[in-house]
Amino acid sequence: MGLTVDHLQVCYRTLRGDVKAVDDVTFSIEDREIMGLAGESGCGKSTLGNSLVRMDVRMRQLGGHVELDGKELPISDSRAMRDFRFKEISIVPQYAMSALNPTRRVGRMVAELLKARGFDYKSALPELERRVKLVGLDADILKRYPIELSGGMKQRVVMVISTLLNPSLLIADEITSALDVSTQRAVGEMLLEFRDRNFVKTTMVITHDLSILAQVADTILVMYAGKLAEKAKADVVINNPLHPYTQLLISSLPDVGIRHDEHTLVGIPGRPPPLLNPPVGCRFRDRCPFAFDRCTDEPPFVEVKPGHSVACWLHADGALPSGGV
Amino acid sequence: MRRYLVRKLIIYILTFFVAATIDWILPRLVSGNPISILLSKMSLQPGTYNATYKLYMNAFGFNRPWWKQYLTFWTALFHGNLGISIYQFPKPVTSVIADYVLFTLALLIPAILLAYFAGNRVGAMAARRKLLDNSVLPVSYLLTATAYPWLALLLAFLFAAGGIGHFFPISGGFSYGLLPSWNWTFIWSLVTHWFLPFLTLFLVAFGGWAIGMRNLIIYELESDYTHYLEALGAPTRLVRRYAYRNAVLPQLTGLALSLGMVVGGAVVTEVTFAYPGLGYLVFQAVGNNDYFLLQGIFLFIIAGVLIANFVIDIVYVIVDPRTRVGISGA
Repeated sequence: MGLTVDHLQVCYRTLRGDVKAVDDVTFSIEDREIMGLAGESGCGKSTLGNSLVRMDVRMRQLGGHVELDGKELPISDSRAMRDFRFKEISIVPQYAMSALNPTRRVGRMVAELLKARGFDYKSALPELERRVKLVGLDADILKRYPIELSGGMKQRVVMVISTLLNPSLLIADEITSALDVSTQRAVGEMLLEFRDRNFVKTTMVITHDLSILAQVADTILVMYAGKLAEKAKADVVINNPLHPYTQLLISSLPDVGIRHDEHTLVGIPGRPPPLLNPPVGCRFRDRCPFAFDRCTDEPPFVEVKPGHSVACWLHADGALPSGGV
Repeated sequence: MRRYLVRKLIIYILTFFVAATIDWILPRLVSGNPISILLSKMSLQPGTYNATYKLYMNAFGFNRPWWKQYLTFWTALFHGNLGISIYQFPKPVTSVIADYVLFTLALLIPAILLAYFAGNRVGAMAARRKLLDNSVLPVSYLLTATAYPWLALLLAFLFAAGGIGHFFPISGGFSYGLLPSWNWTFIWSLVTHWFLPFLTLFLVAFGGWAIGMRNLIIYELESDYTHYLEALGAPTRLVRRYAYRNAVLPQLTGLALSLGMVVGGAVVTEVTFAYPGLGYLVFQAVGNNDYFLLQGIFLFIIAGVLIANFVIDIVYVIVDPRTRVGISGA
């Protein structure tokens, strides 16, 4: 069943107007699929992830709908969402290092949370301890305060807590950004392990770091300026990307074995357009080396090869008859 | 843990030593001479003034070199002797303070504690209810910015002097016609005299606590651990309980400082209502250049603040795990 997001639009209310951070986004994640959601800062990837769990007061859903396992998610109704959170849909937040109450022992916090949600801590404790050990921690960290744990330990504890009730959808938001490379690899392996042990059904990994996606993701969805740019199997996005933005993004990554004093690492010149009043047409066209006349119209996000969708006029003519995903 | 407490204790003892020294110096910097004030209250024969003056200067030791006076001060202090009061000559300072201290404690401790609890509760409630916030916040700002003597005069005018009625007596600790004894007439007299000074102190402090708590709660409700709890579907009750418990920590320090100042009394409020507490006594001691009485009261204040701080240091170790980590790290 998995997750289906259909024409979702989410904006931030500001005094100067609505900032459309997620603009007409349509995609789906299958059961047991780990989907990577990539893009640069401010492209709307975290907004998309957060809006599926907990909209904050500045956020509004302008349109579209979301289904999880065939059930409509009332994402703009925070009260109705409360029932889904933790049980059906859970998040490992960007701020995992500071996500635990500093004045409660970890175990006591989990106990109080479970009790408040109508679960029994005593009967959940063996499983909790088993999973804590599974991620390489000692069971007595439950008796410790968050300040007594290292950053990597907190990250793993939060991952265990968030997935304790075996949610259908786990949103992992920038979970490796604050970690060193060896810990990043361990966290990536945890994501795979959690999927293989059926702790989570579908996973959405939000990151700006394509290397972690190369390790864990089955599919990768690339966002640019609030819109979808490209979606395909992970190896296709990394080895044969079609969208010029994805191509530039991949080529700006450092390669192993290349001395960068000989080959200067190039970035993508320019910056993303403002989302308060985004320009019409393709949003990448000001930075795109291949931009041409047609790019003043908005390119549709269409499937051009089986399982490979892209929003670019260079490839739109080859669209498969079914269209979309 | 023991090392931490011992180190703290040493710091507090040093602080006491320095503060007591300053306490000894300060009254002596004020111009005027306590003995001449004392003598002016006695109806002396014209010829005897100089001889009596010399006698009293000798008796109080004011004609000795300053360092000798200072050493005598410490020797006497260790014997629990704070000297003789000039304002209520020849009563010892300790017994003068004993007469006034109960009034001050009975006035300030309820005012501080009730204001603390009520202010924290109301502030926390206001933090996430727009309607309540819009009324509680301006009222609290008004209250906390109000000067004690002004509010005291206003309350005295409204409730004691006939602005609205003559519900309460206007000054004193109890009716002058009564002798202290444990009967209902006397206790009722104590309560009615107590109420307006209490209300003054309560209202001003209440505003401060409410504003502080409101801001702290808002900060806690915007913190990462709150957002995580909400993302895991925690009910509002649990979220607010955590926020309250964490927001109350800085408030505790403020409470300790207020409680430490208790023994100093509330000078302006007590003076306005002529309430016979330590604050009122400070006022009288200054007016009479009463070195010993002033010294004695200030010693009480110093000891009070230091003890309250020491207690709160220990309480903090119990309620905030972060301090415990700091201890082993330091």
